[in-house]
Formats: sequence, C-alpha cells, structure tokens
Amino acid sequence: MNADAPLIEVVGLEAFYGRRRILHGVDFSVKRGEIRVIMGGSGSGKSTLLRHIIGLQRPVSGTVKILGVDVGLAGARELLAVRRKLGVSFQGGALITSMSVGENVALPLREHTELDETTIRIMSRLKLEFVNLGGFHDLMPSQLSGGMIKRAALARAIVMDPELLFFDEPSAGLDPVVSAELDELILKLRDALRMTIVVVTHELESAFRIADRITVLDQGDMLTTGTVAEVRASENERIQDLLNRRPRTVEIDVDDYLRRLTDEDG
Amino acid sequence: MKPALLLLNRLGRRTVAAVDAVGYGAGLVAEAMLFTVVGRRRGQPVRFAAIVEQMRQVGFDAIPIVMLLSLTVGLMLAIQFIATLSEFGAQTQVVLAVAKSVTREFGVLITGILVAGRSGSSFAARIGSMSVSQEVDALGVMGIDPVRYLVAPALVAMLLMLPVLTVLSDAAAIFGAALYSAPMLDISVPTYLAQTLEHLTPRDVWEGLAKSVVFALLITVIGVATGFSVSGGAEGVGRATTRAVVVSISAIIVADMIFSFFLNR
Repeated sequence: MNADAPLIEVVGLEAFYGRRRILHGVDFSVKRGEIRVIMGGSGSGKSTLLRHIIGLQRPVSGTVKILGVDVGLAGARELLAVRRKLGVSFQGGALITSMSVGENVALPLREHTELDETTIRIMSRLKLEFVNLGGFHDLMPSQLSGGMIKRAALARAIVMDPELLFFDEPSAGLDPVVSAELDELILKLRDALRMTIVVVTHELESAFRIADRITVLDQGDMLTTGTVAEVRASENERIQDLLNRRPRTVEIDVDDYLRRLTDEDG
Repeated sequence: MKPALLLLNRLGRRTVAAVDAVGYGAGLVAEAMLFTVVGRRRGQPVRFAAIVEQMRQVGFDAIPIVMLLSLTVGLMLAIQFIATLSEFGAQTQVVLAVAKSVTREFGVLITGILVAGRSGSSFAARIGSMSVSQEVDALGVMGIDPVRYLVAPALVAMLLMLPVLTVLSDAAAIFGAALYSAPMLDISVPTYLAQTLEHLTPRDVWEGLAKSVVFALLITVIGVATGFSVSGGAEGVGRATTRAVVVSISAIIVADMIFSFFLNR
C-alpha cells in the first residue's frame, strides 16, 4: 500500500434500520496523519457510519475499505489483522466491568501478543500515564468518574499503538474542562504518536479545536467535507443551522403523515 | 386485516423467529467448538485459564447445593417408593427402583435444573449487560471474537462439569435414599449401598451422563444466545435472564422426555 493512499475509503455507503434509510450513498475518505471530525446532530447517521467503518456492521450496498482491506469482502483472518491496527474508544467507554482498569488496558496485549507479564504491565501503565491516569490501574471501572472512564478507554484503544484511532463522542456528558483536556490528549496523540484519528462528535467547539478537516452529516446525507474555515464559511443552509444552533423546520407531507398515523404494520 | 389473516401472519412470524433462533444457536455452538479446536492456529485461542475459571463457577461452586438437593430428593423418592411398594409387599424392591430412577432420570434432571437456574441465568445476565454497555462491540473491534472469548470457555466448562455434577448428584441421592430405606428394610446403610451397586449396570449411568451432555449444550446455548440478543437496557437484561432460565428448563425437560422415550423402547 503506498503512503498517499487513504487509510479509510468509503464509497456509496447505504445503511438501513428496517425500512428506514440511515445513510444515503455516503462517500468518505481519510488520509494518513489527519484528524478528521465527523460532525452532525443526533440521528444524522454519524454513529452508523462509524459502526460500518470499524466493521461492526457490514455494508448493504457500497464499499468500506480500511487500510486497503474491503471490510465487506474480508475473511475472518483478514479482518482480525486489520482490527489489530485499529483502536476504538466507545462513547460509554465500554470497559469490561469485571476487570480492573489495568487489566482492561492490558487485555489487547494479553490476547494478541506473546509478551511476558512484566512487559505487559509496564506497557499498559505507560499508556495509563499518557492519559494522566497513572496509579489508577487497580481501580474497577465502576469506581471511576465519567472523564476517567473515557481516558481509560482511550488508554486501552492506544495500547497496541494503532495506526488508526476512532473516538466516539469524546466530550459527551463531560464538563468543559474535562472535555478540553481530552481534546488536548487527542492532539497530543497525533503529534507524539503520529496516529490518524477519526472523532465523531456533535460538540462544535471541540470539533473546531481539533479537526484538520470536518465531515458534516445531516439526516444520512454527507453535506460537506472541508477544513474548519471552509465549513464555517459554507453557504449550505443545513450546515449553518447546525453551526448556529437553529431549530430545524420540519416540513410535513400530509399523505405521509396520515399514512404513518393509520399504518397497521407500524 | 381480517382477524384470521392476522393470526396466520403472527403464527408465520413466530415460526420464522423460532427457526431463526434454533439456527442462530446451532451456529453459536459450531463456532464455539471450532474456536476450541482450531482457535489457537487462527490467533483466537480459547484460554485454559478461562475454562478453569468457568469450571469453578458452573461446576465446583454448584457442588454443595446439587449434593444437598439430590440428597433430599433421594430421601423423598425412598419415602414414596417404600409407601407404594409396601402395598404389594415388595418394599425390598426400593433398592432397584431408586438405583434405576436416580441414575437414569432424577440425578441428571435435578442437576440440569439447578445449573440452568445458576449458570444459564448468569450467562444471559453477563453477556446481556455486556452487550448493552457495548463491551461485546469493544471486544469485537479489539480483534477478540466474543464467541471465542465469552462462549467457548463456558461451553467447554459446562460439557465437562455437568457430567461430573451428575455423578455426584446420583451418589448423593442414592445415599439419601439409603438413609431412609436401610432402617425400614432392617439392613445397614453399607449393605443398602452394596445392593445398589449390584443392581446398577453401566448402561444406567451412561444414560444419565449422555443426557447431562445434551443438557449442558442446551443450557449454555440458550443462556448465551439470549444474552447476545438483549436490547432495551437494564430492563432487557432482566427479561433475558428470566427467559433464559424458563426456556432452558423447558428445553431440558422436553429433551429428557424424548431421550427416555428412545432409550427405553
């Protein structure tokens, strides 16, 4: 794979929940070394896009390629090899609740490497230090605050030194100071460890602070992809609605409305 | 839609859902077995330590309660058999009746029901709450296959431990029966036990053990499949746990009946 090829390449991705279409032919690509923010309100399809990119859902139509591997066609072994090069930090942290913080961070190393226990311990503690959680390895996830859980999840996501890091809603549910600290961490990760990072968020401030480029999704449509300045200057009405926190005007089709009210199959 | 059509529609959907569930369960079992056998070569090893830990949880920790209840059921069987058999003046046949019914039926059935209540529910609750909090997704994207990591150790542990528990249950139940019957028959407990051994054939014990393997499979697959299909937060986990216990107990009782029918024709 040559160095300029995009690490993530999504072409014409469509996604459905039941009969409802969540993504309408989304094209999306991320270059090596950039911080890309996927921005959009709730229900914009940004989490669905993320689930497809990290291979939790296989595309119904369209293709998703990560690190040059087509996720829809890849076999189990190929997918496993790709997943070892990804780190994902989930919205709620998704730490394994029956394991201590240290064990959680060490889990990928234990499962994927033949390193001895001392090396694993040192490596996982190094990552905990990196996210400012030094000394917390013996605590259980239930004993951590919201911000600490996100940082512990980040430590677990980067413990294998992934090429690609995904971060789902880093600042959701956190106070401004803690979310600003997380933004700094994300910038540090790119600058110090040269990771390519994809962040999904609806927080404008955080997006503008960290993004190299922003992709704006709205109701399953990809509205634009551009630098912070380009997105700010966009003349698209829906983008300006999002930037200026204007409520959407919902147009109601009378026939559709009546059909929804009376439909027996729901 | 007309009521009749609606009913038919619902019946069809339920049938499809049931077939789907059976297929999904069979797939889970096949996948877990495959990981156990060839997982190491594919970079998805089923850890020995995880199996041992599961064996402790589903097997070792269940020994006291299984033994206690089996002893009680043995006593109860002895009381009922002696009461009934003495009507024909055949109370000495209690040894034979208890020996056969315990090894073929009751030992394995009590064990199965207890383990379904203890471990089937805990599989469903654990995997269910992990699905809800995205822990299962997290394992997946870390390249740790959830079936290999969560299901395979549980399945192997159950397949190994349920037969062991069944043998212990058989012994405890027969001992319980001896406690009541020996004085009634004017013999000693060791004599009662010696007579039991004379009556028992390997086939009796094998029948119970074969059932225990099938029960282990049913309890595990129903527990984990229900866990993976949880939706709807904490309430969903509670519902799944209840459903796992009810469905797995129903399944083992039906399976037991089918087994007994074909093995005793």
